[in-house]
Amino acid sequence: MDFLQIVLYLVLLLLLAVPLGRYMARVFNGDRTFLDPVLKPLEGLIYRLAGVNTGREMNWREYAATLLVFNFLGMVAVYLIQRLQGVLPFNPQHFSAVPPDLAFNTAASFMTNTNWQAYGGESTMSYFTQMAALTVQNFLSAATGIAVVVALTRGLARRSAKTIGNFWQDLTRSILWVLLPLSLVFALVLVSQGVIQNLSPYLTVTTLEGGRQTLAMGPVASQEAIKLLGTNGGGFFNANSAHPFENPTPLTNLLEMLAILVIPAALTVTFGHMVGNRRQGLAILAAMLLLFVLAVGVVYGSERYGNPTLRTLGVSGPTAMEGKEVRFGIASSSLFATVTTAASCGAVNAMHDSLTPLGGLIPMLQIMLGEVVFGGVGSGLYGMLVFVILTVFIVGLMVGRTPEYLGKKIETREMKMATLAVLIPAATILLGSGLAAATRAGTASILNPGPHGLSEILYAFASGAGNNGSAFAGLNANTPFYNIALGLAMLIGRFGVILPVLAIAGSMAAKKAVPPGPGTFQTTSLLFTGLLAAVVLIVGALTFFPALALGPVVEQLLMLAGRAF
Amino acid sequence: MTRKLLATARMLVVMTVLTGILYPLAATGLAQVFFPRQAGDSLIERDGQPVGSAHIGQSFTGPGYFHGRPSAAGPDGYDATASSGSNLGPTNAKLVAAIARRLEAVRAENGLPAGAPVPADLVTASASGLDPDISPEAAYLQVPRVARARNLPEEQVRALVTKNITGRQFGILGEPRVNVLQLNLELDKMAR
Repeated sequence: MDFLQIVLYLVLLLLLAVPLGRYMARVFNGDRTFLDPVLKPLEGLIYRLAGVNTGREMNWREYAATLLVFNFLGMVAVYLIQRLQGVLPFNPQHFSAVPPDLAFNTAASFMTNTNWQAYGGESTMSYFTQMAALTVQNFLSAATGIAVVVALTRGLARRSAKTIGNFWQDLTRSILWVLLPLSLVFALVLVSQGVIQNLSPYLTVTTLEGGRQTLAMGPVASQEAIKLLGTNGGGFFNANSAHPFENPTPLTNLLEMLAILVIPAALTVTFGHMVGNRRQGLAILAAMLLLFVLAVGVVYGSERYGNPTLRTLGVSGPTAMEGKEVRFGIASSSLFATVTTAASCGAVNAMHDSLTPLGGLIPMLQIMLGEVVFGGVGSGLYGMLVFVILTVFIVGLMVGRTPEYLGKKIETREMKMATLAVLIPAATILLGSGLAAATRAGTASILNPGPHGLSEILYAFASGAGNNGSAFAGLNANTPFYNIALGLAMLIGRFGVILPVLAIAGSMAAKKAVPPGPGTFQTTSLLFTGLLAAVVLIVGALTFFPALALGPVVEQLLMLAGRAF
Repeated sequence: MTRKLLATARMLVVMTVLTGILYPLAATGLAQVFFPRQAGDSLIERDGQPVGSAHIGQSFTGPGYFHGRPSAAGPDGYDATASSGSNLGPTNAKLVAAIARRLEAVRAENGLPAGAPVPADLVTASASGLDPDISPEAAYLQVPRVARARNLPEEQVRALVTKNITGRQFGILGEPRVNVLQLNLELDKMAR
């Protein structure tokens, strides 16, 4: 039955991704869609109200500058709303201003699509902050990711072009045609299953045994929907998608997992359509699928095997139930953990800190690989396209030919940028973890002693720089050190990839096409799919194996030997 | 330059109104129309008084009620304003000690011999701290204790547990489980 749930998930994912991918290609090519009669007037109204110019396309520098200014302005807004929430409306619990370091961390977190949370939602944020600050960035950061991948796709598809699209148009169309309608429908489906959606104050009831219990309330479903569809991952509540009001039934759990990966998977289809060869997209999708199946196999296997120490004490059934919910059990929890870290989502339905060491290693590794296994909305595919460039380069070296992709030569500039996009997040993770592990401010926050403590730190910086947002949440991250260090890691990890990617888009757009020759490497072949998956794994393993060996790998061996700390 | 910056700021305001105000309010309005009970808190009432939410677990300690899972939400557990797991890692001695302690307590409460197997969910803290469910095995284990405390025949209580098992959704999804609050409400009803 466990196996069937995982297979069912993958089948449904692919069935949904194909039509959605085709639809998104129409949206970003500017073709007609069935939503046009409603949305076209609204789109025009938005441009008029904002006074932005969409009649003209942008070159990559202009595109990047517009994106940066818009995002950082959004970050300032999130910061200010948190600092002022005490005097703003929709605050029935009378939460006061969020402290400055935490407000900075949260602002950086939501703007970069990370949604790392050093706070508990139900005890910190007013409904106004949740809606007007956090929900907004859930949309805008996801739309930013889609805009970047669409711009990169245009860059690859165009010949001798100076421009890569208009940022305002890509952003607005992502929201109006994709994220908003999907979220509204999904929110209502979630409510039908028991996810709450109201603006009432918290309600206190007298329990059966005569105790008192205060039930948190709030506009949860609307934020939940975009949290997953936008691969954001920031929960309304502290327990995120483990909270019964965010994820009440096995059905909502399945739908939430589908919502996380459907847009990233669909974007590979969109890519194929936009570059004029659907098999180019499918080859990438196949590599993602291959890596995903490997990952879910290890997580599930390790969680099902569980913790032998507990079995010797007399615990029966699946032992790894600490930090898991009964309605999800081992299979749905393992699958969710794999899905959320394959994407840059970071929603959790089980506490990753309590996963078995190998079960926790895979989520961490997937984040470290750059979240390119489907990946975040937009960011997954543009990250994977960086690996595609690395792969054709390595193949080019092997056969002694100038590497090319989609009929364009890959030259020094693209290689420099691709290398930067891989090295910047990796360096941020390792240097940040090193700093934290070597300082009192870093180690004082550790909850679990022994090698697991290092895992907590590694996971935090991977999650921050990778813009994932899930956590080994035992680490007390609400300290000035972690709020600031992780906030910076998120910003570096986000824009340290986006800027090189847009630079690649610009330089590829300007190139002439060369006709394929007999020596051209086919990037639609199974061989390419296998090589791409291998390059992702090898680059990740070379970079992170030493750190992982000291954390989860050694912990797994010690657990099997019955050691505790 | 200033004009562009102004346009960027105006775009942010427009998007904030659209996705941060109109969207959640529209979702709230539609939810209240179509699914008023679920959009609220899925409250369960008894004699006109709300006693809890169908989705949120609550604390049960007396011998005459079925007990839920250990909870790390708030200092006393099941604090629905402070959802949380324990976040204890698999090689943390605190976790091993806590589970050993809970195993002893469960065995003592239910009159089981030392070393008797106990389902994992009954001795491990849930992810949310508000897990409303336990496994059917964990419910059956408590039947003799509850029956004794309530002077009911074991068979009758066991049948009640069986009746309250929620199967996998559509026969495939999730795990079989028993909602502890619902079960205890039915138990109270039966005892009246």
